[in-house]
Amino acid sequence: MKIIKKLALGLGVAAAAQMTQAADSGFDLATVNPEADRVALQNYFESRFPQSEISDYVNGIYAVDASSREQWEELEEFPPYEFAVEEGETLFNTPFANGKGYADCFENGGVGIRQNYPYWNKEAGTVKTLEMEINECREANGEKPLKWAKGDIAKISAYMAWTSRDKPINIEIPSDDPRAKAAYLDGKKFFYAKRGQLNLSCANCHVQGANIRIRADLPSPQLGHTSHFPVFRSKWGELGTLHRRYKGCHKDSRSKPLSHQVEVYRNLEFFQSYMNNGLVVNGPGARK
Amino acid sequence: MRKLTTSICAAGLLAMVTAAPAVAGAKEDQLALGKAVYLNKSRGNCVSCHAISDPDATQAGNQGPPILSMKMRFPDKRKLRAQIWDATKNNPLTIMPPLGKHWILSEEEIDAVVEYVYQF
Ligand code: HEC
Ligand code: HEC
Repeated sequence: MKIIKKLALGLGVAAAAQMTQAADSGFDLATVNPEADRVALQNYFESRFPQSEISDYVNGIYAVDASSREQWEELEEFPPYEFAVEEGETLFNTPFANGKGYADCFENGGVGIRQNYPYWNKEAGTVKTLEMEINECREANGEKPLKWAKGDIAKISAYMAWTSRDKPINIEIPSDDPRAKAAYLDGKKFFYAKRGQLNLSCANCHVQGANIRIRADLPSPQLGHTSHFPVFRSKWGELGTLHRRYKGCHKDSRSKPLSHQVEVYRNLEFFQSYMNNGLVVNGPGARK
Repeated sequence: MRKLTTSICAAGLLAMVTAAPAVAGAKEDQLALGKAVYLNKSRGNCVSCHAISDPDATQAGNQGPPILSMKMRFPDKRKLRAQIWDATKNNPLTIMPPLGKHWILSEEEIDAVVEYVYQF
């Protein structure tokens, strides 16, 4: 009986693959429609996991997998990122050698702004991420940039996310600059393109394969992916940035991962974050 | 680099298999190789997606259908081999890697894993 059920599930997944493709808007500038993509993705997960609330997708795999959720809820009672947020606050408020600080670089003194990142920067003609602007702030004030993956940059980013908790994610694709939509499209293509020796796309695991076991791992739904970064991962034993996670998953398709903050990873973050519009910031998060 | 190591491994294995003509015909050896391909993370890693009723196949995933009634579902063994060699032929969006086409497995390893799964 169990076997028959599993078989049906397997076939169901194969069918779902076709569905995702059909529900999306196009893959070229003429047809791509970010808002239609966002609605289609929500509808897709709503029909896949009817018992999960859309607002709960910010909790990753725990939104759809009841059995690991309990463990995670216990973990969240004494959040493993608590100290890192405190350290981040201290770092954030420690002045640079020139007497200025991070607060001088950001809108609203850097408090409660996470929900607006990443954003399309028209002057620079590129997507800016929060981590990127943290380092730009340092360099503008004569300080050395921080390493991207973990450590101080993740702590500062975690503190900034903390001050933005529960704010609705608000990614805009300005219509007065066609390059913004092109950046979104680039990120979307990266997400759906098959790559590497294993011929895997991000969507293979995080859309059609979401909440289905690959050995002992359960990939989360892509909806909600970026809301809680930086993340404290038990496997890392520390905080890490979103691009650190991108690199790890990119490598899992047996292809060579790219560097932190390269243009296509920023575009990927732009695309993924746009999908989360309407959900709220809940960083930093904790994951297995 | 990774690709290079994989192909070196594959080449090594090929050498191993071909350099031992005395055992080449031995069915048990082929089945043992097939089982190793099925279970080993750096080879086929089939178990990460397909359950199979081999007691050593623990922590199987369920991305793909369980491997059972193979003889019934694939009366033509060549069709089974083709699915393993390049699953994207049947379904371009499949999550199953093209194990032959992308040189993840050698031809010998594919023959072996076909024989191994054909028992179930
Ligand atoms: C072979 C399957 C696989 C592929 C391919 C894959 N991932 Fe993942 N990914 C996982 C698993 C398993 C996890 C850990 C469980 C989870 O989702 O939290 C994960 C985690 C993540 C997370 C963290 C989710 C969270 O809640 O903290 C993000 C973000 C992510 N992947 C993005 C991507 C992107 C972008 C790509 C493509 C470059 C990709 N993944 C490709 C399997 C995969
Ligand atoms: C990353 C996941 C994954 C891996 C690894 C994988 N498969 Fe699959 N396999 C699938 C999925 C999903 C299907 C369902 C068909 C489809 O998606 O096109 C499938 C289908 C099959 C089928 C057809 C079953 C049927 O009844 O139609 C066979 C046989 C098969 N796989 C054997 C293997 C073998 C042998 C290996 C290892 C050498 C392997 N698979 C590795 C995911 C995987």
